[in-house]
Amino acid sequence: MIKSLKLSGVAAAALFAAGTASAQDVSCPIKVGVLHSLSGTMAISETTLKDTMLMLVEAQNEKGGLLGCELEAVVVDPASDWPLFAEKARELLTVHDVDVIFGNWTSVSRKSVLPVIEELNGLLFYPVQYEGEESSKNVFYTGAAPNQQAIPAVDYYLEELGVEKFALLGTDYVYPRTTNNILESYLKDKGIPEEDIFVNYTPFGHSDWATIVADVVALGEDGKQVGVVSTINGDANIGFYKELAAAGISADDIPVVAFSVGEEELSGLDTSNLEGHLAAWNYFMSADTPANAEFIEQWHAFIGDDARVTNDPMEAHYIGFNMWVNAATEAGTTDVDAVREAMWGQEFPNLTGGTAVMGVNHHLAKPVLIGEIRADGQFDIISQTDPVPGDAWTDFLPESAVLKSDWKDLECGMYNTETSTCVQIKSNY
Amino acid sequence: MTRQTFLTQNRSIFWFLLALAVFVLIVTVLSEATGNGMISTSFVKTLGKTLCLMLVAIAMDVVWGYTGILSLGHMAFFGLGGYMIGMWLMYARTEIIVAESLRAAAIPPTPEEIHDAIGTQIFGVVGSSDFPLIWAFASSFWAQLALVVLVPGVLALVFGWLAFRSRVTGVYLSILTQAMTLALSLYLFQNDSGLRGNNGLSGLQNLPGLDAVPQSQVSIAFFWASAVALGLGYVLFAWVVSGKMGSVIRGIRDNESRVRFLGYHVESYKLFVFTLTGIVAGIAGALYYPQAGIINPNEIAPIASIYLAVWVAIGGRGRLYGAALGAAFVSLLSSWFTGGGVPSIPLGFYTIQWTDWWLVLLGVSFVAVTLLAPKGIGGLFDLITARHAVPERVGDFGPDKGARRTVEGEEER
Amino acid sequence: MLRAFFLAFALVLCLCLPGARVEAQTQDLQSILQTHADEVASPGRRSVGTVIDALVASGLPAVPQFLERWADRSVYQRESDGLFYYAKENGDTYSLTDISTGADAGTAPSAEMTEIRPNGGVRRVIATALVQFQLSDPDIARRRDALDAISRSPEADQLEPLRASIEGETDDDLRARKERLAGMLAARYGDTPEERIAAIEALSGALSVDVRAVLNQILSSDTAVAAALPEGANIARTLTPGEDLTEAEAYAQLVAADLAPAIQSRDQIKAALTANIADGRVGGVPIGALNTEDGRARAYAALAGAGTVPPLVTEEDRNAALAAHVFYEEYEEPDAAITDAAREALDEVETRVAMNQALDLGLDALSLASIYFLAAIGLAITFGVMGVINMAHGEFIMMGAYTGYVVQQIIPDYTVSIIVALPLAFAVTFGAGVAMERLVIRWLYHRPLETLLATFGISIALQQLAKNIFGTQARPLTSPSWLDGAWVLNDVVSIANIRIAIFVLALIFLGLILFVLNKTRLGLEVRAVTQNPGMAASMGINPDKINMLTFGLGSGIAGIAGVAIGLYAKVTSEMGADYIVQSFMTVVVGGVGNVWGTLAGAGLIGILQKGIEFLNPSNTLAAQTYMILFIILFIQVRPKGIVALKGRAAGD
Repeated sequence: MIKSLKLSGVAAAALFAAGTASAQDVSCPIKVGVLHSLSGTMAISETTLKDTMLMLVEAQNEKGGLLGCELEAVVVDPASDWPLFAEKARELLTVHDVDVIFGNWTSVSRKSVLPVIEELNGLLFYPVQYEGEESSKNVFYTGAAPNQQAIPAVDYYLEELGVEKFALLGTDYVYPRTTNNILESYLKDKGIPEEDIFVNYTPFGHSDWATIVADVVALGEDGKQVGVVSTINGDANIGFYKELAAAGISADDIPVVAFSVGEEELSGLDTSNLEGHLAAWNYFMSADTPANAEFIEQWHAFIGDDARVTNDPMEAHYIGFNMWVNAATEAGTTDVDAVREAMWGQEFPNLTGGTAVMGVNHHLAKPVLIGEIRADGQFDIISQTDPVPGDAWTDFLPESAVLKSDWKDLECGMYNTETSTCVQIKSNY
Repeated sequence: MTRQTFLTQNRSIFWFLLALAVFVLIVTVLSEATGNGMISTSFVKTLGKTLCLMLVAIAMDVVWGYTGILSLGHMAFFGLGGYMIGMWLMYARTEIIVAESLRAAAIPPTPEEIHDAIGTQIFGVVGSSDFPLIWAFASSFWAQLALVVLVPGVLALVFGWLAFRSRVTGVYLSILTQAMTLALSLYLFQNDSGLRGNNGLSGLQNLPGLDAVPQSQVSIAFFWASAVALGLGYVLFAWVVSGKMGSVIRGIRDNESRVRFLGYHVESYKLFVFTLTGIVAGIAGALYYPQAGIINPNEIAPIASIYLAVWVAIGGRGRLYGAALGAAFVSLLSSWFTGGGVPSIPLGFYTIQWTDWWLVLLGVSFVAVTLLAPKGIGGLFDLITARHAVPERVGDFGPDKGARRTVEGEEER
Repeated sequence: MLRAFFLAFALVLCLCLPGARVEAQTQDLQSILQTHADEVASPGRRSVGTVIDALVASGLPAVPQFLERWADRSVYQRESDGLFYYAKENGDTYSLTDISTGADAGTAPSAEMTEIRPNGGVRRVIATALVQFQLSDPDIARRRDALDAISRSPEADQLEPLRASIEGETDDDLRARKERLAGMLAARYGDTPEERIAAIEALSGALSVDVRAVLNQILSSDTAVAAALPEGANIARTLTPGEDLTEAEAYAQLVAADLAPAIQSRDQIKAALTANIADGRVGGVPIGALNTEDGRARAYAALAGAGTVPPLVTEEDRNAALAAHVFYEEYEEPDAAITDAAREALDEVETRVAMNQALDLGLDALSLASIYFLAAIGLAITFGVMGVINMAHGEFIMMGAYTGYVVQQIIPDYTVSIIVALPLAFAVTFGAGVAMERLVIRWLYHRPLETLLATFGISIALQQLAKNIFGTQARPLTSPSWLDGAWVLNDVVSIANIRIAIFVLALIFLGLILFVLNKTRLGLEVRAVTQNPGMAASMGINPDKINMLTFGLGSGIAGIAGVAIGLYAKVTSEMGADYIVQSFMTVVVGGVGNVWGTLAGAGLIGILQKGIEFLNPSNTLAAQTYMILFIILFIQVRPKGIVALKGRAAGD
């Protein structure tokens, strides 16, 4: 076994040597892989991101391309089929020889492509808020980690709304599970006893919410202020919010803060009964800055429809793409290792004001915004923090608290600070 | 019955194995690992996976086309096989990583420590760290390999025994198997099931201890293994559906009560076929998922089993090579269409994007095959060998024309 | 950062408040606001109190109005000079109103003005502050707001003004509510124990969440541990480790109270061993032998014996420590008479709540059953009566829902659009059903398995078609306002109106189907054709036509079910797939070929699912899994379903 590990080291060295050798010359055109589902259940969310990428590539080409080359977007369709993500990622890297990939939405699809990206030393920009507990050498996470969305939202509950009792409602998959675990542990640290945290998981597309809503209302029976933290995904939100409205629960009685409900999701709903409920993101379309106005205008012009909304993952791609362009320009090459190193400390202005900074743990520092739902399906931004650096390994779970990611100095994405060892270079899948 | 007559009776075995061998040879020569690299590694993986699908399609054909049980649960067995092998792959790979990282500590690790650390690594992603009971054997390759056969086998046996015992037949049985599949996939979707919920098991393409072997070689090895499994499966099932056994199960398909009146224990035959095909489906799954790289409950959803039935129907029921061809044809065509490889058709007022319209085409063509060409693709071979059409007969002779065949692919005189 | 700043700011304000208060009389509203400009512009729940105190203390008549508008987000700040105005949007400009005088203050471009958005917590603080102004306000809406504010955050000082306002209350409902609130406040904040006990006893007849909240708060207790029960404390109960709390938890409490040494975890032992490595040995044990738990225990024991590390806490130590201490819960309220009265009242309330919760669960189950019934009843006709497996049944439900959506795009009035949508959905899916029967199913009557597959092909084609036309995003199908809200029996039992409507719809269809099948010519012919098509044909019935109509009827009902389901849940291309398996289960469990059977099946599944959910409320997915398992086993026991047909009609 030791022998095989040595062998792998040799192989890695060989791979590295091959990488640096090709770094000298940039082959035109520079190819940008887009790995978003264009069919299947995730199509609605991901098609928007594909269009965003095409828009960004087009805009960059108008500005003169990159390193004297035209950019070319290579779009493939993994069809919301998780194994297919791995297959298409391999195809992008080996058949199309792309220099960078922008893609994925669900955690499971990211876990599916991770081994391929790491094996072939590719570069992936992942734009969606996720559960953390990961830091790959080959992935840059431009969406929010739990400490950039969930924790500040709960802080807001504790500080501003005085919530003392929490209902954590989620769809049964990894993001809600992990987020709720982190939140439970965090809330206990904050002195909320275990019996004041109600957790419930429902299947995807769940529609029968009457009992769960009644359970949540009954939580108020000991006189504590109840707040709902919702990690309910996609369509299931519609039934949930309809039931909330039918039960006459206003945001003043029991507020709901959602981490997966944005402008796009609200377009399937009549929001007049939901005014005042909350969502936490790093971006809202209603952000009042010149950069955002310009971005929205550009988006409307590109897509040819003024009714289309913008959302948080779009901003993540916007920041990620521009950072990658700047890093490649700085490095003078699109070689993965050179760009990766140039990415550390890259800065780019947010659409909501301020500057996003890429950390050595491959996560962004971004401000956290909390918005209240308005009757027109947009959000009123009622709280905006200073930039929060994304934390790959949460501080609120005992196993993860000792872990740290630093690709620059420690050259490790999973470094145990207690034993001062690198647990592993590759990722957990 | 000697081996000689078995082969002469089933000439398709020879042709099928020959075609398979030629195909394997061509792919090997053109692959990146062993040839000139004309076929990319990702396509070799696709082909290898297709061979596994062909194997499970043959199994489906035996249980449906020959025995008349429309099982909508065989992809569940397929997925279970994948889960079983996936557990070992994840465990063993993580064990290597953990042992390596703990070795750096000043004090050598205890077995309990290693076990716990593996648990944290595998289940950290779903916010847990303890090993559920079902992972008890995950550390042993041979035990998990046995489970690849045992878990689908026992599930098929128990479910089949319950269902056949109470004489559930026809569409009721189909719905019951579908319910079983749905229950299983819903169960696996839960995090509490201990198989990492919606995320499933991933990174399966990285074989433990073989980090240094490039994926191009791994993929071709799996391709060969899948081809061997397919060949063996074909011979096995050709043997099952020929001879007396074959006659009885075809009899069961055409008229269960009459076979029962003749003194055969129908339930045992059905149970045998159901369990055997379930086991083969599990083996096919165990070969499929290391090539796919990830297995999750989505793979087990009822729709997957329905697609399996669609492949067999399009390929042609009641002949093994038909089912195999159907699976290969539809799944490859499907990936070609959804992969954006097919040019869009501009109609002036509307452009047909095949990623959007492929499923509509598949659905409609499936209806068309059912109505107009019940023999499916396999029926084309009758044209080549110029078999005579069977004269029209009136009356109730069983579900379809395949009923009267005593020899595979050949009509009764 | 920001919060720290506010806290500091508030602190400074508090220090100089006495001075400010004297001046306040002479200041106008705007200048008070300017003193606290930052806090007014971006208020926080914990710090906004100082501003409100200052405003209230000023006694200015414009204050209540300002507080209301502040909470309503109609206060704006002008960026150039930081002054606050009431503003109304007027195209690109805002028309401003002076806050102090109420006079018109001209206009300002929208870029100049910043809307001030107090968050929910601040709005609640403001509402509480407004209570004293609103309790006797002539506007009934304001009085209601005041009562809402009190019930959301009851405070001791609200009791007196509330009592005072009861006298002058003209509205009967509000007066009753005021009295109830006053009773609740008295139970918690009454002056004498007698007054409180009387108030508590008066509460025992109630049911609502806020009454339970009051009683629970009186009864709030802390867990504690000590060597012996303290004298004079109001003890709620003593806890036995191993029964009321786990031994590990109990020991953790001891450790937290510094009454026992902490148990060393495996990591701590390892760290201690690592820290004491000397010459490749730890406590005389070679490092190589530390790769077992046993070896480590020996090494640690050696170290402990030498006094370098604290001794290992063994099982016996732990048990001894647990036995030596008493664990108990102590009421925060010192007066035992009050807690006893509250406990008694709460027990009484809780018994009633439990009964009502059972009733509520029953209603939910009934509602779920009616939804399943509605989804399955079309199938009960096509599958149950005709024996045709229609896997596209779910897609007919979806087509009905999309019909409702399209109608709502054309007819904006929700009531009218629903009235139009229901028959239209029936017509659309009736047509689709007839077309499908003519084109596909009639060729496959003798091949049921192939019907299953062919209709499945239709199902995936229809689903994808819907995606191509409407997209994968869920579409809104909004119920008319008279279906909004819920029917509230009491504070525990309530059910959404839309669910009642679905229940009624299900009943109507049950009646309709029974009528059509049993009392009409068509029903007679349907039954005849089902039993023996050849004989029916020779009696002059056209079996083709009957089959076509029956199938159309079943499909049409699916369309109407689609509108209903879309109203209460969602409209997506995959909604049909969510119901198809459940619908088949309903029909099969109930017994094929019988509408009553379908009703029984839906009832069983609905009640079962709610029952399992009740037993395991945190995992709805598990409920669905176990329900399906139950159905599989149920079919083993009764293969023909609950209501099994006998005789000829039972033939496969």
